[in-house]
Amino acid sequence: MAAVATMPVSDLLKSFKLKTKQQELLIRVSILCLVYILAFITRLFSVLRYESMIHEFDPYFNYRTTLYLTQNGFYDFWNWFDYESWYPLGRIVGGTLYPGLMITAALIYRILHFLRFAVHIREVCVLTAPFFASNTTLVAYFFGKEIWDTGAGLVAAILISVCPGYISRSVAGSYDNEGVAIFALLFTFYLFVKAVNTGSLAWSLASAFGYFYMVSAWGGYVFIINLIPLYVLVLLITGRYSMRLYVAYNCMYVLGMLLAMQIRFVGFQHVQSGEHMAAMGVFFLMQVFYFLDWVKHMLSDTKLFQAFLRITVTCAVAVGTIALGLGMLSGYISPWTGRFYSLLDPTYAKDHIPIIASVSEHQPTAWSSFMFDFHILLFLFPAGLYFCFKRLSDATIFIVMYGLTSMYFAGVMVRLILVATPAVCLISSIAVSATVKNLTVLLRSKNKGVQTGSTKGSSSSKASSKALLDQSQPFQKNGAIALLFGAFYLLSKYATHCTWVTSEAYSSPSIVLAARGAHGNRVIFDDYREAYFWLRQNTPPDAKVMSWWDYGYQITAMGNRTVIVDNNTWNNTHIATVGRAMSSYEDEAIEIMRSLDVNYVLVVFGGVTGYSSDDINKFLWMVRIGGGVFPVIKEPDYLVNGEYRVDKGAAPKMLNCLMYKLCYYRFGEMLTEYGKPPGYDRARGVEIGNKDIKLEHLEEAFTTSNWIVRIYKVKPPNNRW
Amino acid sequence: MGRASSKEDAGALFHSLRSAYAATPVNLKIIDLYVGFAIFTALIQVVYMAVVGSFPFNSFLSGVLSCVGTTVLAVCLRIQVNRENKEFKDLPPERAFADFVLCNLVLHLVIMNFLG
Repeated sequence: MAAVATMPVSDLLKSFKLKTKQQELLIRVSILCLVYILAFITRLFSVLRYESMIHEFDPYFNYRTTLYLTQNGFYDFWNWFDYESWYPLGRIVGGTLYPGLMITAALIYRILHFLRFAVHIREVCVLTAPFFASNTTLVAYFFGKEIWDTGAGLVAAILISVCPGYISRSVAGSYDNEGVAIFALLFTFYLFVKAVNTGSLAWSLASAFGYFYMVSAWGGYVFIINLIPLYVLVLLITGRYSMRLYVAYNCMYVLGMLLAMQIRFVGFQHVQSGEHMAAMGVFFLMQVFYFLDWVKHMLSDTKLFQAFLRITVTCAVAVGTIALGLGMLSGYISPWTGRFYSLLDPTYAKDHIPIIASVSEHQPTAWSSFMFDFHILLFLFPAGLYFCFKRLSDATIFIVMYGLTSMYFAGVMVRLILVATPAVCLISSIAVSATVKNLTVLLRSKNKGVQTGSTKGSSSSKASSKALLDQSQPFQKNGAIALLFGAFYLLSKYATHCTWVTSEAYSSPSIVLAARGAHGNRVIFDDYREAYFWLRQNTPPDAKVMSWWDYGYQITAMGNRTVIVDNNTWNNTHIATVGRAMSSYEDEAIEIMRSLDVNYVLVVFGGVTGYSSDDINKFLWMVRIGGGVFPVIKEPDYLVNGEYRVDKGAAPKMLNCLMYKLCYYRFGEMLTEYGKPPGYDRARGVEIGNKDIKLEHLEEAFTTSNWIVRIYKVKPPNNRW
Repeated sequence: MGRASSKEDAGALFHSLRSAYAATPVNLKIIDLYVGFAIFTALIQVVYMAVVGSFPFNSFLSGVLSCVGTTVLAVCLRIQVNRENKEFKDLPPERAFADFVLCNLVLHLVIMNFLG
């Protein structure tokens, strides 16, 4: 009976006995599935801790536009003129945004509704970034496979699924362009490298579409349109010109350029802007190369060809320089815009464009940020570079160039660590995969040596040499095992670090703040949303709200009220007007506010909670930006001996400006900490200087429960009697 | 001295190029004719733009870029179909032509959208 029972079981096991190739495929597919799920769930910390909501500032604009798109359809969205922001100027939304993200989310929403899943658009928006992060891991696998082999592809997928540099901008709730754009970036690069490797027009067409998706998703597409020509140039210089390269680059450039010009925000930049001229220059250079190659192929006499070569090259260079020179001199080809010029010259923004310099993400990167975001990848990166140089091919040259250029830019601006992350993960994966492969080969070869040594007993010399190998190999095997354990330890430390970083640093919604109370319990400050919903429910629908530009998107999205300036920062003078109003005395400020039809003023104040990203800490930037356009605002007026103070020793202009008054109104009576006098500002750590504040033209409308957001109403002018 | 030899060189160059070109297969010559036609159309459009002005710019760009695009795609087809290219030995010419047609389809759809 037992024999009969075990028979079907062993038959079952035999039926599962797979060949090695199928076993390997099973392992690979299961690893990729697990990595896909891992990349998604590691980004869900904030959804689990707080709730499913949109984080930060920019995503609120994206959410609002997506909402508009799903409610009103594509035509209205593409031609939308938004009169609720930048009062009284308005904003042509259809022509000033990158629609890729919104269209992607709306498409997913439509598909889900078609399948009868009645999800709200907000849930789709919150989870778009993790979904695309999972897709990025798949693309990383295929890219690694293209550059090196499947092992490197798997390691690349694993590394990029948890890498903090990428997670920082793609957590659930971070509904921003980068979440989709990094996927598009890597996808375009993969398709282009595949096109160069195969020389097929179909892959080049696919890479042109990938480029189109990237252009629709993010302004960082300029990186692609400069890196690819640079890569082609390097290949040309190193003598790797080939027909495949010609087919790939030309098809991708022409079709990609045409597709990119369909996005209104990009417009004609591909033929008019200095940032895109490198691609065009390389395009013409490729034609010259092809022509010369063709003539060389047709001519049998090399001397004639040399003469022809000389003539053609001088003509081409002359024509190219003249055309470029004419274009730049006549102003037809615009020079590099400030945003990208500050990447080449990091000191440019500080002197010339204070708005760009004031954004915290645009500051140069510190070493600690690199270590924080990359961990072991930092030293695996040079190791991977070494392996790439050992086995140079078209694909490895590309990844080396991508890695080096993106690391340079990551050093210039913190925000660009995101762009470097895929390159670093791929190159590190090459190092890991090659090392592990060599070590396991060492481990396996010892067993083989023993077997062949025992069977081939006849040939003595061979046996003696194998015996010698056998003698040195025990140490080699132990060394290999030790190194493998070391690699395992490092990778597990990496995983732990990445998860810890994600949990602690990158999962905060920024709109909801959390802190530890006196008894260790968690205290949640939901003041922002409290204030925005108060605005939404207690003000007339056509009220205009003046605040610093940071909060503009959130006010329009959640408060549903018109704002004066918002995060788009397209009009520096308008922002400077608001900055001037905030830094003037109340009498001058009310004139400005009346001219802008302002009804409510919103300020953010962290003195009660110790919240340090409030308007008083940002105030100097308001002064600088306002002073940049209106010379009547001078920064030294607000400083004492070059020092920024808010206590009794502060400058008199500082103690009486509008921002100070609005932030510290009635704060002089407030007890914030035991043992400290009333009016103790916990964020600055001082007792404020001017406690007896009287407002003449404004009255307090609302202050949130923790005093973080304060809203004031502009009083109408007094009656004459 | 130099000028006379360079003139001789140019003449010899021209003759050898001509004789070598006559030896190319007919199907490649047809593609070359198509490329020449596209370039000629582009030149006419540029001359017209120089005479009349470039408004609306998107129409001018779409016209010129359609010529450039068809040129480039035809040259790619020529590369892939040319039996002397060792890199594309395994590519059947039907596949090359199918890719060519697909890319041209995408190109012209985008051009039609861009014409305004």
